[in-house]
Amino acid sequence: MSTRIFISRDAGALALGAEEVARKLAEKCEEKGLDVEIVRPGSRGMFWLEPLVEVERPEGRIGYGPVQAGDVDGLFDANFLEGGDHEKSLGLVEEIPFFKSQTRLTFARVGIVDPRSIEDYKATGGYEGLKKAIDMGPEAIVEEVTKSGLRGRGGAGFPTGIKWRTVNQASAPQKYIVCNADEGDSGTFADRMLMEGDPFMLIEGMTIAGIAVGATKGYIYIRSEYPHAIVAMNAAIEKAREEGTLGDNILGSPYSYDMEVRVGAGAYVCGEETSLLDSLEGKRGEVRAKPPLPAHIGLFGKPTVINNVLSLGAVPHILADGAEYYQEFGEGKSRGTLPIQLAGNIKYGGVYETAFGVSLGDLVNEIGGGTRSGRPVRAVQVGGPLGAYFPPSLFDTPFGYEEFAAKDGLIGHGGVVVFDDTVDMAKMARFAMEFCAIESCGKCTPCRIGSSRGMELMDKIVANDERAANLIVLEDLCNTMKFGSLCALGGFTPYPVMSALTHFPEDFGADPERLEAAE
Amino acid sequence: MPILHDMQETFGYIPDAAVVMIAEALNLSRAEVHGTVTFYHDFRKEVPGRRILKVCRAESCQAAGGDAIADRMEKRLGVELGGTTTDRRVTVEAVYCLGLCHSSPAAMLDDKVYAALDEEKADALCAEAER
Repeated sequence: MSTRIFISRDAGALALGAEEVARKLAEKCEEKGLDVEIVRPGSRGMFWLEPLVEVERPEGRIGYGPVQAGDVDGLFDANFLEGGDHEKSLGLVEEIPFFKSQTRLTFARVGIVDPRSIEDYKATGGYEGLKKAIDMGPEAIVEEVTKSGLRGRGGAGFPTGIKWRTVNQASAPQKYIVCNADEGDSGTFADRMLMEGDPFMLIEGMTIAGIAVGATKGYIYIRSEYPHAIVAMNAAIEKAREEGTLGDNILGSPYSYDMEVRVGAGAYVCGEETSLLDSLEGKRGEVRAKPPLPAHIGLFGKPTVINNVLSLGAVPHILADGAEYYQEFGEGKSRGTLPIQLAGNIKYGGVYETAFGVSLGDLVNEIGGGTRSGRPVRAVQVGGPLGAYFPPSLFDTPFGYEEFAAKDGLIGHGGVVVFDDTVDMAKMARFAMEFCAIESCGKCTPCRIGSSRGMELMDKIVANDERAANLIVLEDLCNTMKFGSLCALGGFTPYPVMSALTHFPEDFGADPERLEAAE
Repeated sequence: MPILHDMQETFGYIPDAAVVMIAEALNLSRAEVHGTVTFYHDFRKEVPGRRILKVCRAESCQAAGGDAIADRMEKRLGVELGGTTTDRRVTVEAVYCLGLCHSSPAAMLDDKVYAALDEEKADALCAEAER
């Protein structure tokens, strides 16, 4: 039997040179006439080790990384196909502490199976959830998902089961499933990795959603910045159709469901669900006022389930292993696992899936290994560009929806961006306003005008132009945006701004006494 | 949107003349099509350079020294973000997150991605873009 070598095809690994390594390895194997099969899975999510080369051995997969094309000759010299020792040896990949200590439910297959192979998917428990769902029928599926405690992983944390029930109960000739894969938050990449590394699971999750609510058509809206994910999803959809797991009478059942990929065009706001729906309809991606909820009047005016990639990706597992198993993980009202993304100035950047409840400090310092620059951590932004900046004094906060809200923050999509002590927090606060101004859809005034005024205010504050008075105006403006905006873009931009001001007033040159009075 | 994407892929931008044709074909007003084209950052109204270099400017890349890298690339190519070099070889654009934040700073040249950019890699990327 031929030896199998694994080199990731994940965009993150490609960006670090995986393609060149794979090509070089293939050339060398051919030159030496070796019986080797090179498999291209997603990434294990340990990006400081990418490009990671894994060799399948009887005892497990032996890893080497990070490997550059120039290292390939050396690997052959070290007889790596037999697991030989080399300076880049990592031993058994699944024994690496970062990987071993995770609870991988959603990411169980990512980095392990070939994402182009539906056979691999089936061999690793794929479509078990769908088969159970077909036997259970719509109401029981909704009940199961509700019982699991799964909440929207896109950021809002709305219970997925309740959303599905609303659409299930709506009567309409056509309903839709929409998967929100417009992962625009800086510091997040789990959606991308899941689409590239295990696309069939997402298709299965959406199909189950379709059966649960009576929708026969689905769309997955992928941002244009993710060309590799678009290719992966399209390839998987094609295969699923051939296999009869998409289309009419899925797996011989009376249920029918099909789906297609739609590509975004660089608008951050389209990650907001109603704006995404308008974009899918071919319009400007402007936010709609709610109500009516998309569950009642959604895509093309029809009842629509719109869920994040990670929410839909968790569904096959919940159906296959049962709601009770899933909800045993986590704590409080945050059940199950969350693929947390460690990013920014961090030593061990990557995806770390774990049960809710892990503390922010453990994530940054223990698991993430602190900053890449080796300097002290000064601030951590959790939840993307609209998430709050946390100082190390809040590192005991456990990862959970309510726990973060209690500290005036949010977990959003689970992105953690680390900054060292060279960061200028006033600049970051200004950037938050600038980003909002660039990306605002323009529909509501607090966001459209407020963000521009916010930038001007920040400039004045930094230049010490009536600083004390302008800080009061800034706070007032933030309140207006927070409570007056239609969606989270304008509504949450105050989080990074105010948290920077609260926790790092020294960067704003603020007089602490005056600031207290302003509060 | 798929029509606009195809159009841009073929021509590199969305010509004004095309807006009229799309509007007629879809039975929409020109204003509606124009509105959609101008809403999205991706759709260009002018012919871009031969190659397109997108440099990530979001928080994660800023945290990892992306500001200095972006400045360096701007200087080296002699063009500001959003502009095209005078020889029309390269258009440089800012992008807000390529989803490679685990290895910031990141950039994308046409459809190829690059991460963990340092000065050396940034220079090599600029050279590749200019080639």
